[in-house]
Amino acid sequence: MHLSLRVWRQKSASAPGRFETYEARHVSPDMSLLEALDGVNEDLIASGGDPIAFDSDCREGICGACSVVIDGIPHGSRHGTTACQLHLRHFRDGATITLEPWRARPFPLIKDLVVDRHAFDRIIEAGGYVSVKTGGAPDGNAIPIPKTNVDRAMDAAVCIGCGACVAACKNASAMLFVASKVSHLSLLPQGRVERERRVLAMVRAMDDAGFGGCTVTGSCEAVCPKNIRIDVIARMNREYGRALLKGGSPELAL
Amino acid sequence: MKLLPQLFHSSLGKKYIMAITGLGMLAFAAVHLAGNLRLFLGPEVLNSYAHGLHRAEESLWMIRVCLLVLIGLHVSMAVVLTHENRAARPILYERSRLPGASHASRTMIWSGLMVAVFVAYHLLHHSAKAQVSLTGHDFAAFRTTLADGTACHDVFRMVVAGFSQPVVSGFYIVGVGLLSHHLSHGIEAAFQSLGLRNRAWDAAVRRLASGAAWLLFVGYASIPVAVLCGYGREALQ
Repeated sequence: MHLSLRVWRQKSASAPGRFETYEARHVSPDMSLLEALDGVNEDLIASGGDPIAFDSDCREGICGACSVVIDGIPHGSRHGTTACQLHLRHFRDGATITLEPWRARPFPLIKDLVVDRHAFDRIIEAGGYVSVKTGGAPDGNAIPIPKTNVDRAMDAAVCIGCGACVAACKNASAMLFVASKVSHLSLLPQGRVERERRVLAMVRAMDDAGFGGCTVTGSCEAVCPKNIRIDVIARMNREYGRALLKGGSPELAL
Repeated sequence: MKLLPQLFHSSLGKKYIMAITGLGMLAFAAVHLAGNLRLFLGPEVLNSYAHGLHRAEESLWMIRVCLLVLIGLHVSMAVVLTHENRAARPILYERSRLPGASHASRTMIWSGLMVAVFVAYHLLHHSAKAQVSLTGHDFAAFRTTLADGTACHDVFRMVVAGFSQPVVSGFYIVGVGLLSHHLSHGIEAAFQSLGLRNRAWDAAVRRLASGAAWLLFVGYASIPVAVLCGYGREALQ
């Protein structure tokens, strides 16, 4: 099949950007979209051009590196699918596909389709962990956890931190990402110890990074490649209110 | 950590304020509708109800001040949040699809501001009795006498005179339509923002939001529709 790719090209954050159209000829319907981009890049390199910069790593939908807005939808219009797992058979032969980078102030553009997602790392650093003494690994079944809590925690823990929720939200809000981490950890006994401090610190880091607020449009859950649902956001709102009422502090106790 | 600064400074705190003030105004809208629907019980019931309300002037002012605080907080937080939300995406997509987002959820600031303009007109029209209705009537001059001999303002005649004008009725129906559109998303979002939602409650919250929005619309719109159909026309004779 044959596809036209309209790709956002921008040399650096400060350089002006524009769309360029590239032809992906003789691509197979079984190829992924990123493989089509690989093909275009091979042609560009062969002709002495500058290849299109885009993020990818595992190419099996589990690492969260790929980050392309495809025809206006992060990761494309297939539900529960990352861009690397989006195959060309889902496009019409001869179609023109528009590719844009994630657009959000906390995700500054590095080059072409690559953005800097360190803002997520700063949120995790603020509280997305469980403090434990190092030593021998504890027995897996030493702490009994109800099956429903395990399942709900896992539903949130599947977040791969790709940032599609931010990219899709009209407010560039990171609520689904932060709420996934807060829900995951607050549902498990190991994470409950620090639950008040965690939610206050992570929300503060999220606000400081400049993400927008949640207006409950549901765009985030519609594009989440891991199908995380916005009930995790309700849980985080509950956790945050609880922490405020309990007089918790976002600062680390020394 | 101080509770109030935390509320006003965090994005989640501002959404709590939006949700609580919104639900407070929703409660007022429901009580107000219950009062308005007395129109269908005849002039005597409506006029004595309105007269009773105005006799309790002190509590009425307390409610007005509370409502003003609710409106002030709701609108100011909405403006601040909208500004922050826009700032979070300085460069827009060429193609933006907003998957999964309902029309109401995408346009809350606009439906909200239009409802605010409508409420301002509504207050001028009925509470301040100003001549903005183009009906040619002096609403303040509408007086009546209750069964017990008390003289009071003829609210029934004012409502019928106002809504007899199709333009006034049309504007009112559009206004309450916008309010219901705003609430169809707002109620659901308020529950979400306050954390009062999970998978078990999700369907119930959605039904409650759309049910309440429709109920308010049908209730409020029934009054101008009934007047346009001829209800209470004899009061104008």
